[in-house]
Amino acid sequence: MAEQVVERPAAPVSPGERGRLWRRFRRRPMPMTGLVLVVAFLVLALAGPMLTRDPSAQDYNAIMMPSSGAHPLGTDDLGRDALARIASGARISLQAGLLSTLLALTVGIPIGLVAGFYRRWLDPVVMRLVDVVLAFPFLVFAVGLAAILGPSLRGVVLALSFIQLPQVIRITRGEVLAAREMDYVAAAIADGSTDGHILARYILPNCAGPLIVQATVAIPIAIIGEATLSFLGLGVQPPTPSWGVMLTTAQQYLDQAPWLAIWPGVMIALATLGFNLLGDGLRDVLDPRSGT
Amino acid sequence: MTGARTAPNGDGPLLDITGLAVDFDTEDGVVHAVKGVDLSLGAGEILALCGESGCGKSVTAMSIPGLLPRGARISGSVKLEGRELTTLPARALRDVRGKEISMVFQEPMTSLNPSFTVGYQLGEVLRRHEGMSRGQARARSVELLDLVGIPAPDRRIKEYPHQLSGGMRQRVMIAIAVACSPKVLIADEPTTALDVTIQAGVLDVFRDLRDRLGTAIILITHDLSVVADIADRAIVMYAGRAVEQAPVTELFARPRHPYTMGLMKALPAAVTAAGVGERPRLAEIPGMVPTPMTDPDECAFQPRCPRAEPDCTASRPILEKAVSESPADGHTVACFHPLEGEGR
Repeated sequence: MAEQVVERPAAPVSPGERGRLWRRFRRRPMPMTGLVLVVAFLVLALAGPMLTRDPSAQDYNAIMMPSSGAHPLGTDDLGRDALARIASGARISLQAGLLSTLLALTVGIPIGLVAGFYRRWLDPVVMRLVDVVLAFPFLVFAVGLAAILGPSLRGVVLALSFIQLPQVIRITRGEVLAAREMDYVAAAIADGSTDGHILARYILPNCAGPLIVQATVAIPIAIIGEATLSFLGLGVQPPTPSWGVMLTTAQQYLDQAPWLAIWPGVMIALATLGFNLLGDGLRDVLDPRSGT
Repeated sequence: MTGARTAPNGDGPLLDITGLAVDFDTEDGVVHAVKGVDLSLGAGEILALCGESGCGKSVTAMSIPGLLPRGARISGSVKLEGRELTTLPARALRDVRGKEISMVFQEPMTSLNPSFTVGYQLGEVLRRHEGMSRGQARARSVELLDLVGIPAPDRRIKEYPHQLSGGMRQRVMIAIAVACSPKVLIADEPTTALDVTIQAGVLDVFRDLRDRLGTAIILITHDLSVVADIADRAIVMYAGRAVEQAPVTELFARPRHPYTMGLMKALPAAVTAAGVGERPRLAEIPGMVPTPMTDPDECAFQPRCPRAEPDCTASRPILEKAVSESPADGHTVACFHPLEGEGR
């Protein structure tokens, strides 16, 4: 461990180390479990809807049927195939998770870079704003924002990305503060590099590790966030199949058709677990300070 | 081993610094890091700036390409081939850095960007300052690595910094620094972090660069053996001022300033025939470096000086010709009671 700290003081991810990092990652069972779950989730979200039935097709001859050959996960109160709705819901979850995190990174990283690199008046202003947003409970803020932005996938994505923003800014800024003191940054200035070039080539790549970890932690939170908002009726609206929407419906029929609540719940749990295990594994591999 | 050579155009030195003073505003008050340094550097000359920690040698060097941190106040003049650098706007200064004046730092282990290959980092400087294409930059990078004595440069170019040893990394840093054939190369303690054997190799690279490219080099060091090994001329600094300046052979043969003499006495001599156990205890200079917060009008070294007299506190000695009857040796010293100079 000590020798790694000396080798990589800012825990950067240099491409030349990828092989070694992958070998370290592969040996651990939990991160690998996470990776398998995440890949399965991605496959379900991307390919699932093409392989299953139309998630909106109603069959009044098969209402709230338990699992069978025709409907492996059963049908809901309108006779729609639960498996098809799970697959389509995965696509909604993936969009909410990925898009909101990507948006938060796209907006937050430049703000964190500039605040951390130039400091002066910008840094305290940005950081106090971040503190203000962080002071609100996550869900309260999400519900409030989603209500303002309107019940839609777009509103959910915007609300969730805004909530992630403070963490992204804070992490980026912290890493920049460390990276800007590195000798290679001083050397780059002495070589006549412009500030933009230094930020893009010297600071950002060497901050990437913690940001990648943050992204894998943020995605499952966003997935739960989407399900929660949709469950509350503030997110994706019926008949669009979202896991949260499915839970809302299932709630009314818990006695007659418990599988309608179980499967979306299991899916949310597995997807979240997968991203979290993957994130933990990446943190151990990318950040020698927190590793075992 | 001559004194200041002049620039190719013949009118004046390549780099001319006059009255350079640098102050830092800190929470505890103003720190006078450099209190008025005059320095000239000829083309192809290797000049050593030496002195102990805090004497202002690094600050002097960093101020040349305008690399002092924000909050530093700089006065005096720094002229490169007659062009004033201290008043140059940031954009113009960026073009000077890396192209006309480049730097090599002390810590080779951390001075390279860990996220990119050696070849990329070398090529980047060439593409920025020389407008080369990727292909041209790559070919030139291989040549440069070869120039600084890295074996199998075409293979090394694809490697990342963590795959190289400290000596190799310092050679890469030097290659980056000389990539655009700068007129002046400033090396701040370039060998301090390296093993002695690696040190000699890196110093050979500097000498070779001077001989082949005609690069003038300012070498900042506290290591007098490095000065003796490679420099043509040396300036000894103490408390933000130059106290003695001379060609290296002259300086070592006849140190005039009591401080220079003290530094040399503090140097371990080679093991002599007298035997290992017989070596005398190393002489140290008593006392401490004065605080950089004040600047009284007296000789700064006087409290620690074995030759101090009452007049040393009356005014500050200026750098002047050491011995009037030998004006050609270019030996100057700032002392009212210099040593007569019969070696140590």
